[in-house]
Amino acid sequence: MTDAANPIAEIEKRKPARSQWWDVWDQFRSHKGALLGSIFFVIILLAVIFGPMLWHLDATTIDIRSRNQGPSLAHPFGTDQLGRDTFARMLAGGRVSLAVGMTAMILALFLGTLIGVLAGYFKRLDGLLMRATDLFLALPLLPLLLVIIMLFRDRLSAQFGPEGGIFILMVSAIGITSWMQTARIVRGDVLALKEREFVLAARSIGTPNRRMITRHILPNVLSPIMVSATLGIATAIITESALSFLGLGFPPDFPTWGRLLFDSIDYLQQSPERVMWPGLAISLTVLSVNYIGDGLRDALDPRIRGR
Amino acid sequence: MALDMKTEPLVRVQNLKMHFPIYGGLLQRKVGDVKAVDGISFDIYEGETLGLVGESGCGKSTVGRAVLRLYDITDGAIRIDGDDIATADAGKLRSMRPLMQMIFQDPQASLNPRMTVADIIAEPLREHVKMSKIEREDRVLELMDQVGLNKEFANRYPHEFSGGQRQRIGIARALALNPKFIVCDEPIAALDVSIQAQVVNLLEELQDRLGLTYLFISHDLSMVRHIADRVAVMYLGQIAELAPRAELYEAPLHPYTQALLSAVPEPDPNIEEQVERIILTGDVPSPSNPPQGCNFCTRCPQVMEICKTVEPQFQEVQPGRFVACHLHQIAENAASEAHKSIQQGEIT
Repeated sequence: MTDAANPIAEIEKRKPARSQWWDVWDQFRSHKGALLGSIFFVIILLAVIFGPMLWHLDATTIDIRSRNQGPSLAHPFGTDQLGRDTFARMLAGGRVSLAVGMTAMILALFLGTLIGVLAGYFKRLDGLLMRATDLFLALPLLPLLLVIIMLFRDRLSAQFGPEGGIFILMVSAIGITSWMQTARIVRGDVLALKEREFVLAARSIGTPNRRMITRHILPNVLSPIMVSATLGIATAIITESALSFLGLGFPPDFPTWGRLLFDSIDYLQQSPERVMWPGLAISLTVLSVNYIGDGLRDALDPRIRGR
Repeated sequence: MALDMKTEPLVRVQNLKMHFPIYGGLLQRKVGDVKAVDGISFDIYEGETLGLVGESGCGKSTVGRAVLRLYDITDGAIRIDGDDIATADAGKLRSMRPLMQMIFQDPQASLNPRMTVADIIAEPLREHVKMSKIEREDRVLELMDQVGLNKEFANRYPHEFSGGQRQRIGIARALALNPKFIVCDEPIAALDVSIQAQVVNLLEELQDRLGLTYLFISHDLSMVRHIADRVAVMYLGQIAELAPRAELYEAPLHPYTQALLSAVPEPDPNIEEQVERIILTGDVPSPSNPPQGCNFCTRCPQVMEICKTVEPQFQEVQPGRFVACHLHQIAENAASEAHKSIQQGEIT
């Protein structure tokens, strides 16, 4: 208006189109819990990725003379019944647990969002997909997981090696049995969103369904997806622990947080701190991920941002 | 009107029906229809504004949406700029979209809260026009200027604006593709009075400048009187009366129009005291089960026997004035031989 006469001002006006990711970052930073959570999560990540290389003891070295020791300088977290260093096992186990947790969460999230969006957006698919969801919800999960693992363990182990095969098996088994909640929440939100006038407006513009979903529906169902994601990591880590406990997960000498937890239960009377370490690690990881999710959700919502 | 003779209408709606099925019972079978729009016809000529008024739930908004085929219509024909839109397939429909746009009632709900203003206004351009990023930005800024929005607001989000500004964003989006025809679906109903005038003036100014054609849906009779060239009055899914603005407000023919106009408040208290209001009794019948005969017969103060059995024809009783009412059809019959025989057949 006023600057129309001034071409220099016009050009300068266009420049400060600051990327909105900076706004997102600013908002995220102002969320103290999220900031602490992400710092903590990064520390855990770095520890489990580089820790095993730096720590002088190996997770599988058996030193039977120093078994069942309490925390000391040589073994900060103590040792287990075979004299293996718990700290080294925690680091190595965290690697697997986090990898399984995050990959399974991503898979479950992808499936859940896909099915939720399709069921909510396309009325024809709704009945079919939601009945399938109900079916999965009604299945007793643990027996189903056991059957899946029984059936495919050997075949996958032969294909990808014992650890790789089990990893793929665990991730896909946990992933395909935990997408249902996400699907239901997303479907509900999509159904509500679909009736909003801005979707009608986009249709009057002629936006095809594909872009309608990516541009208008998905960004607006981000909050419930975020919440499911953070809860999903926790569930996945715990499910993996349960499977390891039942002897169906990774091999017994292969440490994961879940396995460490359940191995320690037998020694709860003698050395209670050994249960605490993996329990604490799982809880703190889940808590920090939850805070990160919370902060991300706020930061990605323009209505909350800048407040 | 001489206008009718000369030009082909930009929008021609014939016998438009929009029924929504009702499912019920144990097996969720179809048990009936909500006849939201039940056989209406009208023309809109290029550059004019057709006001569409009626009370809540009479099907005004459904007409607006059906005309742009945001719904798949039940029956009827809609031609916009010579092309049939009622039967067009998805690809054809998409190529016709730039021609016609819509402005929505609730400016809060009609803007995606997660998109910036620039993205919202650019969406039609992204969909239909091949242009570089710079060109698109320029066009967006030009549009924002056109509707009176400060260009510095381009990277803000809808929730940071007031109702009037949001409606301007909606208008800018509707204008982006240079449409010929815009459906304004109660664009001012959600705004407060001082902003209403601004938005209506903006719409009028844009019409003058860009030669737009409006279908202006509203329940605000005085606003329609201000902006519309011709006015259609809807009652229960049908058009009761369609006439040029001046005639309609001076001498309404249909009893429903008379009742509706008598309800408009009068600012002068001296005149206000003398105004005789026609108070309608009863409620609007359900659109899933409209009365036999004339839709208005259950509440009409001048109801006759014939109204309860025979549905009145929607016909031109004076040049440019259409009305669906037996009161006026009988008067017309004396002159028209053809109509006389039909009408007599119906009476006996």
